[in-house]
Amino acid sequence: MVRDDLNRDNEYALSANHDEAHGVELRKTIWKVTGLLTLITIVEVLTGAFVKQYIDGTPNSIWPVIKWSFIVLTLIKAAYIVLKFMHLGDETKSFKYVLLTPYFIFMAYLIFILLTEANHVNSILYP
Amino acid sequence: MAGHAKELDAATAWGGDGSPFRLTYGKQMMWFFLLSDALTFGGLLCSYGYFRHQYDSWPVGEEVFNAMPFLGNGFPLLYVALMTFILIVSSVTMVLAVEAGHRVDKKGVIKWLTLTVIGGVFFVGSQAWEWYHFIHGSHYGAIHTPEVWNNGWATIKEGAELGISQDFVLDFGHGKVLGATSEEQALVAQYIAEPLAHIQGANMTENEYAPMIPQFANLFFFITGFHGFHVLSGVVINLIILINVVKGVYDKRGHFEMIEKVGLYWHFVDLVWVFVFTFFYLV
Repeated sequence: MVRDDLNRDNEYALSANHDEAHGVELRKTIWKVTGLLTLITIVEVLTGAFVKQYIDGTPNSIWPVIKWSFIVLTLIKAAYIVLKFMHLGDETKSFKYVLLTPYFIFMAYLIFILLTEANHVNSILYP
Repeated sequence: MAGHAKELDAATAWGGDGSPFRLTYGKQMMWFFLLSDALTFGGLLCSYGYFRHQYDSWPVGEEVFNAMPFLGNGFPLLYVALMTFILIVSSVTMVLAVEAGHRVDKKGVIKWLTLTVIGGVFFVGSQAWEWYHFIHGSHYGAIHTPEVWNNGWATIKEGAELGISQDFVLDFGHGKVLGATSEEQALVAQYIAEPLAHIQGANMTENEYAPMIPQFANLFFFITGFHGFHVLSGVVINLIILINVVKGVYDKRGHFEMIEKVGLYWHFVDLVWVFVFTFFYLV
């Protein structure tokens, strides 16, 4: 018996092959993204090592800004890994939404509900 | 990518023939597996956030993770930065292996996949070392003192480490130090001689970094351990696929899509580390 699902799979996989000219272009993108990810990591580590969270036991007033910029930089790094290295950016629009929409909805809910609860418990434990 | 989303003619598409996302079955299922795994890691990191927001104080990453193999303490974030860099580089070699696979360049695939496996092994080894530092703790550990800062818990350090001429000082964390003056030094000597309690390193019930927060060590062990287990599995899977490539299994198929599938898993491991790195070490 001929498995036509496997044949179909093979067609999709074969159509993903590309020639050398396209390869050169792709490799250029890969190295660019590598440079960017490395740069972001270096900036993060240097900021983390030199900007203190506390100065002589009192919280550093600019720390919230640093903290949020770390989170934003992390999200930028994550976006580049998912869209460029995992090639999600090259998949069909429907597939992108099928994967990302439920994830973002659930994570936004989880972050909101857990942090709200934690802050409430904190206000009881340390009035 | 060229031909990545292959167009179907209307008759084929309406006939229900072909994938709804113009993807192979294997790749789709790998993506859905990664989605569920991402939810698991998301849940774990959110529970970390929960405990962090519940407690009033939390250890500072650069004060806890400042050890370097062979060199001892005093290198904030340097070792973990190196680990992060190793994992990013192995992610790059993996994407290059996938690209070589699309050109049906077997030699290229073998070269880049081998480098990826080596990078993965280095990362797992580094993580073992990181755990070793964390479990064994600082040189002298932490003691409980009658002083009130940080619930009275302080780490014993050599003065030289903090640029103070005295032999030993008590570091209460967050920049609070006792022992700079000779009167303080007498107190420090007294506290060291008769500590209320002494903790060195970390285990599941207590840790010197946050003596009042056992969850700090628990979450570190669970989340980095779970991630490390993923890296280890990734290395094994990459190795199996590498052996298949060398044996010529994918030459017969005419495409190296299997590299793409394991590549997705490997990039996901890197992706998780980006978040673990930020929330455990940076913020």
